[in-house]
Amino acid sequence: MILKGKTWKFGDDISTDHIAPGRYFHLRSNLPELAKHVLEDADPEFAQKMNKGDFVVGGNNFGLGSSREHAPTIIKLAGVSAVLAKSFARIFFRNSINVGLPVIVCDTDKIDAGDELEVDLQKGTVYNKTKNITLTFPPLPKAMTNILNDGGLVAHLQKHGDFVID
Amino acid sequence: MGKTLAEKILSEHADKEVKAGELVIVKVDVCLTQDGTGPLAVRQLQKLNMEKAANPDRTVLFLDHASPSPRRELSNDHMLLREFARKTGAQLSDIGDGVCHQVIFENYLNPGDVLIGADSHTCTGGAMCAFSTGMGSTDVAVGIALGKTWMKIPETFKIVVKGKFQKGVFSKDLILHIIGTIGADGATYKALEFCGETIENMPINERMTLSNMAVEAGAKAGLIASDDITKEFLISRGRGEKFREIKPDPDAEYEKELEFDVTNLEPTVSFPHTVDNTKPISQIKSVKIHQAYIGTCTNGRLEDLEIAAKILKGKKRHPDTRLIVVPASREIYKKALQKGILEILNDAGASINNPGCGPCVGVHQGVLGNGEACISSQNRNFKGRMGNPEGFIYLASPATVAASAIKGEIADPREFL
Repeated sequence: MILKGKTWKFGDDISTDHIAPGRYFHLRSNLPELAKHVLEDADPEFAQKMNKGDFVVGGNNFGLGSSREHAPTIIKLAGVSAVLAKSFARIFFRNSINVGLPVIVCDTDKIDAGDELEVDLQKGTVYNKTKNITLTFPPLPKAMTNILNDGGLVAHLQKHGDFVID
Repeated sequence: MGKTLAEKILSEHADKEVKAGELVIVKVDVCLTQDGTGPLAVRQLQKLNMEKAANPDRTVLFLDHASPSPRRELSNDHMLLREFARKTGAQLSDIGDGVCHQVIFENYLNPGDVLIGADSHTCTGGAMCAFSTGMGSTDVAVGIALGKTWMKIPETFKIVVKGKFQKGVFSKDLILHIIGTIGADGATYKALEFCGETIENMPINERMTLSNMAVEAGAKAGLIASDDITKEFLISRGRGEKFREIKPDPDAEYEKELEFDVTNLEPTVSFPHTVDNTKPISQIKSVKIHQAYIGTCTNGRLEDLEIAAKILKGKKRHPDTRLIVVPASREIYKKALQKGILEILNDAGASINNPGCGPCVGVHQGVLGNGEACISSQNRNFKGRMGNPEGFIYLASPATVAASAIKGEIADPREFL
């Protein structure tokens, strides 16, 4: 499957507090409402401006901070098709796979705000249509590919009844 | 080839010899969730039709982040968690019992355990020489129900610490200095192993502060070998028989070795809005402080309140600086009460709140106003962390926070000791 959309560019060290601010703690059991505030402390109008299918593109250490799975969950719920960054914080990366949000490590210096991207998860390529360049990214470990392809950890367990890591 | 602490503990739990880089399924001994992550974990288990706990005696649901609840939505979340505990036999740590990482350390965790917690600072348990790591709600939910999880065995950075701290300098200053040196992503995916003479002589409360902040360098765990100090702690908690000495093998393989000497280390402060934005106190000039906070899983222990009381005894907080104190657990609260520490802090003008996370998560008990600055003994100073993206958070040791509360600006605690 090819994911297509426009780039929303963010910097380094986008924390889970930027993505799902603590002041909306009371909305954690109301994810559609919480999703209206996604990335609010990095760009207050992001949720209003973005379109379904768009990409969130960050720099280094994207998603650092809290273990709140609500952060990748509301990025996905808002309609973002994938997050691309030079590097990710560990818990955010794993949570993203568990909720079925593709996370891609690549050289995001070659992507600017507004660039049109086409991402092929199977081939491991990001085609920057605006700049006419192709970036590649390494495949995920098998355990993560299995979970992501099943649509997240809950769906994975519903299908297999256990972890399939080989 | 020898094993690191992570490889040793995880080999035991994978039922085979494992090395860094391998992907394995490991048995989980202890699981925790808190009120910000627990409700989602419970709903995932409901979706999976797996509302059960494999080890109910060592599965603990904490109500500590929004505690007591300030809003009806959160009260309903608390109800859901209490009901899940009732149904499954899992343990409930209700409002006022304390912060998850402190209570799990006091009452549940033993050397050699694997703990997964739906809270990033679960790495605090590394000070018990338990492989403790933070994960999301779904991962921990599945760990609760199945008693296992999958993980990659991490490579390890060996952090060797030498020298004796100056008066007024603590492990909090050391860990801020380490993160300032290696960066907020300097150890992403890695396990840290803290060792060396300084660590060997360090009391358990200060070790916990080091392990607690491992995640602020991106690490998966922050481990410390178990020794006589660990043993004494377990004896004091009535679990002496659970002690096991666990040390890394002398020929263990480390990805990196870093050395730090604390002899000349100064009190250290992280500036907004990242933990690695550190400065030694001698380079800091008049930063006005509106709120000073002593508490949290990082530095809300008895020794932290004690040093604050030593500094604040017979003094008053600055009239423009409010002071908030939150003991990390009910146990600590009681001891601080018995020792007269709370009385000293109260007389100094502190607002003393119930055990829990307090204002650290931005939910309640001290949300910052626009443009206000807070100096806190907590572990994180991200934009918006204390409930307002227009606020500024400085991180420091409890001693530095107490000194700053007196002066109304960031101050060197060594002047008061």
